Amino acid sequence: MTSIRQNSSSPSSSRLPNFRNLGVWLRILLSANGLAALVTLAGNRQWLALSGELALASASVEPPLIASLLLLHAVQRLLERLPYRAGAALVLGIALSCTAGMQVVGIAPEAFGTSSGNLVRALLWTGLCTLALLIYFDIRARLQSPALAEARLMALTARIRPHFLFNALNAVLGVIRTDPQRAEAALEELSDLFRVLMRDSRELVRLSDEIALARQYLDLERLRLGERLQVKWDVAACPPDALLPPLMLQPLLENAVYHGIEPAERPGEITIGLARRGDQLLIEIANPLEPGRLPHAGNQMALDNIRERLMLFYDLEARLETEVDDGEADNPGRYVTRIVLPYRRGTTS
Amino acid sequence: MSAVPLRLLIVDDEAPARARLRNLLADIAAELPNAVAGEAADGVAALEFLTDPANLPVDVVLLDIRMPRLDGIELVQHLASRASTPAVIFTTAYDQYAVRAFDLNAIDYLLKPVRAPRLLAALKKLPHALPDAAALRSLAPEGRMHLHSSERGRILLVPIGDILFLRAELKYVTARTRGREYLVEESLTHLEDEFGERFIRVHRNCLVARTAIVGVERDHSADGEGHWQVLLRDVAEKLPVSRRQWPQIKALLKEDA
Repeated sequence: MTSIRQNSSSPSSSRLPNFRNLGVWLRILLSANGLAALVTLAGNRQWLALSGELALASASVEPPLIASLLLLHAVQRLLERLPYRAGAALVLGIALSCTAGMQVVGIAPEAFGTSSGNLVRALLWTGLCTLALLIYFDIRARLQSPALAEARLMALTARIRPHFLFNALNAVLGVIRTDPQRAEAALEELSDLFRVLMRDSRELVRLSDEIALARQYLDLERLRLGERLQVKWDVAACPPDALLPPLMLQPLLENAVYHGIEPAERPGEITIGLARRGDQLLIEIANPLEPGRLPHAGNQMALDNIRERLMLFYDLEARLETEVDDGEADNPGRYVTRIVLPYRRGTTS
Repeated sequence: MSAVPLRLLIVDDEAPARARLRNLLADIAAELPNAVAGEAADGVAALEFLTDPANLPVDVVLLDIRMPRLDGIELVQHLASRASTPAVIFTTAYDQYAVRAFDLNAIDYLLKPVRAPRLLAALKKLPHALPDAAALRSLAPEGRMHLHSSERGRILLVPIGDILFLRAELKYVTARTRGREYLVEESLTHLEDEFGERFIRVHRNCLVARTAIVGVERDHSADGEGHWQVLLRDVAEKLPVSRRQWPQIKALLKEDA
């Protein structure tokens, strides 16, 4: 089982950030440099000298900062076992000793003055900066406590377009007299789909399950759209045991059908590409774009929903982007949605 | 109950949805004699069907809203300019905006999946006329996206944005696009009312798309005094400006400059 935050078990790690997470590194680097820039700006007396001072500040902040992050990365497992206070103290200790070490060795340029007090000044700055970041991560962790995150996930996944449900039911009613078996199959698919929609959605699911669900959904849509809906899967380069948050594909396909197939006069093709590249999983869904019709606001709701869920599951390590490929005269453009998320393997059980 | 069966046209882009309505109509035939005159998969096909005299009369159109090419609302806008029109009952799966507009304008509609008693009730109290101009405006605030032109039984859609000018000639109005001309069976006055934002009158018989005008020049060939004519992008034709319209054209050119 993979819970949405790997660090939700012990009290310490739920409040300290995971120093092996790229997003955490990014936040720390940006805020430390931001704070240094602010301090420099406040201390600046000559406008023309500012750019030089900023460069110097950045050069003196970077070496101890990176050294601390590397050390923290190394002791992450230990940090997870410590109680919060001890963990926070260890983080502070590492930051301070890295700063002191750099100053003694003389790697860091002396942005904080050349007098004998510069070591104290640098330590004071490092200490305050570390405390500020610890408080920030603590507040952030509280805001995203598992209970809150779960509640938000529940609210986020329980959505499906009523348009789809009523049209699907209408299609089943339309074929029930002429083709009872097809109607039967469609109702089975519909109930499978809704079982997943109403399921607890806090846990990652296997990609193969997600693909099966998407196929069922598309099969339902084919009942009412017939030949107008063409689908091309490209899943050869994709490990079926990869894990991803539930209901990533289906809402995107629903969007693709609603905006790319339903308004089109001629049959259109939806392409679904899934691939693993290194430690990333790539999902790409494309649908034809009606000439003269731009993807409109209705599209945005499903995308925002998926973005928010990716954020809850992976923080900054996953992203979703969309793109319009302009077409030529007889080749309509395509609307492409891409998701990149960290590749995680499921257990084979 | 009248002995003459009600003749209906079913318009929906989804085959099972049309089948469903056909089934229901058969179910209620004992109580309300009816016959399905035809089916159409989108607004253009419906317009073609209703243009062919052999298919008429059609008393009622059961009309889906969301369809390719020409949607249900725009189809009604096209029908509105005709002399005799069938009654229209909209069908929709779920479109909260359209539904709100229908309620506001007291326009009858059926929610899909449609149920037989509801269909029967709607057919028994048929509306006498299409939604009026005000109701149509609130259903589709941006107005029609196309004009239609009928050629040998086929309906051609002409996107409003492609039209460079509209000119009245004898009985018809011709719509000129970059590639060709289309005959449109509507009056120039009516078109000016509907698309006044987009087109400007240059002459008693001619409306020009404001964005298509690139300049003016004086034509001396006709008589000594000469008159102004409008130059257009993409086509070589020059359109004479009447003395009466000249001040408006001049103002427009000044705005652009």
